[in-house]
Amino acid sequence: MADFNQDERAQREAIDVDRSKGDFKYEENYAYDAGVGLNPGVVDYISKVKGEPEWVREFRHRSLGVFESMPMPTHWATNDLDNIHFQEIRYYLAKGQKASRTWEEVPDDVKRTFERLGIPEAERKFLAGVEAQFDSEASYSRMKEELEKQGVIFCGPTEGLRDHAEIFRRWFGKVIPAGDNKFAALNSAVFSGGSFIYVPKGVKVAQPLQAYFRINAQNFGQFERTLIIADEGSEVTYMEGCTAPKFETATLHSAVVELVALKGAKIQYVTVQNWSSNVFNLVTKRGVAEEDAEVRWIDCNIGSRLTMKYPGVVLRGKRARGEVLSIALANVGQHQDTGAKMIHAADDTTSNIIAKSISVGEGRSTYRGLVHIPRTLRNCRNNTECDALLINERSRTDTYPAISVRGRKNSVQHEASVSKVSAEQIFYMMQRGLTEGEAMSLAVNGFVNDLVKEFPMEYSVELKRLIELQMEGSVG
Amino acid sequence: MSAPVAAAGVTDNALQSAHGGKGPATLADIRRAGREAFASLPMPGRDDERWRFSDVRSLSLDGFAPAGAPSTADASRLVRGSALTADAEATLVFVDGHCVSHPALSAVLVKAGVVFAPIEDVVRERPELLRDEALRHPALLGGAKMLALQRAWFGSGYVLHVPDDVELTKPLSVVHWALAEGSASFPHALIRVGARARAAVHEWRLGAQPDLRTLSVSATDLHAGPGAKIERLSVQNWGSAAQSFEIDTVTAEAAAEVTSVNAAVGARRARLENVVRLQGEGADVRLLGITVATGEQEFDQRTLQVHAAPGARSDLLFKNALLDRARTVFSGLIKVEPGAQRTDAYQTNRNLLLSPEAEADSLPGLEIEANDVKCSHGATTGQISPEELFYLLARGIPLAAAQELLAQGFLEEVLTRIGDAGAADAVRGMLRAKFHS
Repeated sequence: MADFNQDERAQREAIDVDRSKGDFKYEENYAYDAGVGLNPGVVDYISKVKGEPEWVREFRHRSLGVFESMPMPTHWATNDLDNIHFQEIRYYLAKGQKASRTWEEVPDDVKRTFERLGIPEAERKFLAGVEAQFDSEASYSRMKEELEKQGVIFCGPTEGLRDHAEIFRRWFGKVIPAGDNKFAALNSAVFSGGSFIYVPKGVKVAQPLQAYFRINAQNFGQFERTLIIADEGSEVTYMEGCTAPKFETATLHSAVVELVALKGAKIQYVTVQNWSSNVFNLVTKRGVAEEDAEVRWIDCNIGSRLTMKYPGVVLRGKRARGEVLSIALANVGQHQDTGAKMIHAADDTTSNIIAKSISVGEGRSTYRGLVHIPRTLRNCRNNTECDALLINERSRTDTYPAISVRGRKNSVQHEASVSKVSAEQIFYMMQRGLTEGEAMSLAVNGFVNDLVKEFPMEYSVELKRLIELQMEGSVG
Repeated sequence: MSAPVAAAGVTDNALQSAHGGKGPATLADIRRAGREAFASLPMPGRDDERWRFSDVRSLSLDGFAPAGAPSTADASRLVRGSALTADAEATLVFVDGHCVSHPALSAVLVKAGVVFAPIEDVVRERPELLRDEALRHPALLGGAKMLALQRAWFGSGYVLHVPDDVELTKPLSVVHWALAEGSASFPHALIRVGARARAAVHEWRLGAQPDLRTLSVSATDLHAGPGAKIERLSVQNWGSAAQSFEIDTVTAEAAAEVTSVNAAVGARRARLENVVRLQGEGADVRLLGITVATGEQEFDQRTLQVHAAPGARSDLLFKNALLDRARTVFSGLIKVEPGAQRTDAYQTNRNLLLSPEAEADSLPGLEIEANDVKCSHGATTGQISPEELFYLLARGIPLAAAQELLAQGFLEEVLTRIGDAGAADAVRGMLRAKFHS
């Protein structure tokens, strides 16, 4: 038993080492603060501060009503959700500035934060545009001139709904209605920050668009709202990466991300989620793919206390294609409850789900999936593979797929497996001079390697390093 | 033989008067506990995960009543039609829950201490056998309300006890007939096979007419002692308007080998709940399911494989062929408890859609809390492969016949695993008949 405790402590330390990179914060001095708790006044306050049109304010109020009327989904989800105290959370807080255009306009302390996150270098290196989010507001945003010339819109929800309503209003809240689930309703009531992107017909955005998210206040929940519309024949890749500093009390993050790929368009949405281990990360992500369009979610969850996230694709047009590639790593004190949803709604549509999870220590990873093919359709195919790797004796993994199929010439296949790293593999590597920990880390990286390769280069490098850090102290 | 019961429904207050204070203490206790549980439990709701994809809205237990004993002519006619297990050691026959035939076991088996008798006899002669903890097993997979009703009407069914080291070479057979329109029956099977003992038991649930509307809630508690070997076959072929609920619990001790086969043919709505607990090291359980669903039938299959001991193995294969507007729901969970290292657990569900209106839902699940395990599940839903169909068509076989051949080939994988060839043939015949109904 003593050994096990040591084992656990080592794991905690491994996490601490990993977190230190994002473990910093600056004095809280927020010009705009809606106070603690949730009520119609808070919604009015947010809407007023943002100078929103009346229809957005009404949308928020309707959503608040929906949120209040819906029960917590604990009949299927973990009871850990009951530890969220909605009345102790701050729902809005902004840095007192509008989205900036140039680096010079950004306040100094925010700059320092971003410097530690490595944003300026990243931007100089390759980024086409940065929508760096500091707490609720986009505090820095700039797009390369060529993107603007191409007609690409890359802004926050406030500007998107105010200045480009003719583009965004049609799809806003349509892919994920407020009533979709309790947390989507919460987001719809209090959202602030996030990215609204429109890519015009035929435009292929060569560089990935990227946003960094940060949480920087105690008990502060972030409620980003992202809507990406890729018009006919266009292509865009969006990357979302998260780091968050550690706090004593639980923090709630509840985003809504809607993707719309019109005829022949392609959207790829990449996430690396690495919140600190006190964050509830309850996210709704869904894309619509019209005829010949493709929506691809690449999702990697390493941080947070509890993540519940099941990216989905509604395949609305013929020959549309949806894909979810997912990696989850659950360490001590973490529950990665992730998965995918594929809703086939047109003939000849195909979908693919590949999910790999690793459970370390007492970590728990869960896969939940939904594949739906109704009776009117023909020639639809789905392939699902879920593989789980269990590192320690008390690691836990669950798989809960739901598959419903009717119609002609439709076929689905689902395979799942659970395994551990074989003693022979570890022995082989230790014979060649690796420590047990290094051998385990290498084996785990091998397990996820074919998925990691799908991430953009700099992400896959960072991911491998993150996995190595997480594996430190998991054995021996 | 009990007197006919008033025609009031099985779910209303008649419950109280029908059984108040009658029978031995054990029976009365079981029934009282069942009544109390039934009164306190709600009907399954739409937000109950264990009923996901089931048609919960149309679910009702009302409008059925226990039927009186059959006429002598009916009883002897049905007994004659009960020879489904050709080489059975003995066959028990029930009609609407009333035992109408129970031939004595051979003197050798009686001397060895084997008990195979209807519950009404056991209550009289060996009441201690009913003080079994198995009768208090909860329904873990959603059928608690149904199981409570079954216990409230407890009294039909049989007990099979095979003492340690006794090997039965021939299968035992039990046939349940539904005869009266609107009848309800609540049979129980209490099967206990001792250490290193061996037995095979076949249960046939049959409608006396093809279109009968009846209710059956049955419960089976099967316990395999250390090193025991059990083969169990349960075939459901009620009338086409029937409702059927089977709630089964299988417990396997160390190195026990259990094969359990469920074939679903009849009824409008049939639900099977099967909880398997591997509680001894090296236990080995195989679960097989086979279904041909036609018309508006709904077959609901819920299984749970619990690995509570190390080094055990379980393997599940459920194959469903669907025609017309039929629907199947397969929901299976493999649960590996902490410490159950070296577990081998597998689960496969294959659905063959033979009609665009048919719907197959699949919920294969895993909950793993030990790391040294080999676990996998697979679920596929698809149509007959066009290449295979073309091969047969090219050889002059008509489309309908070719489809039927391929569908039957799909089902053979399960049928060939039924140990008793005669019983497998009987099941094969029932399934084939469904392609022409």
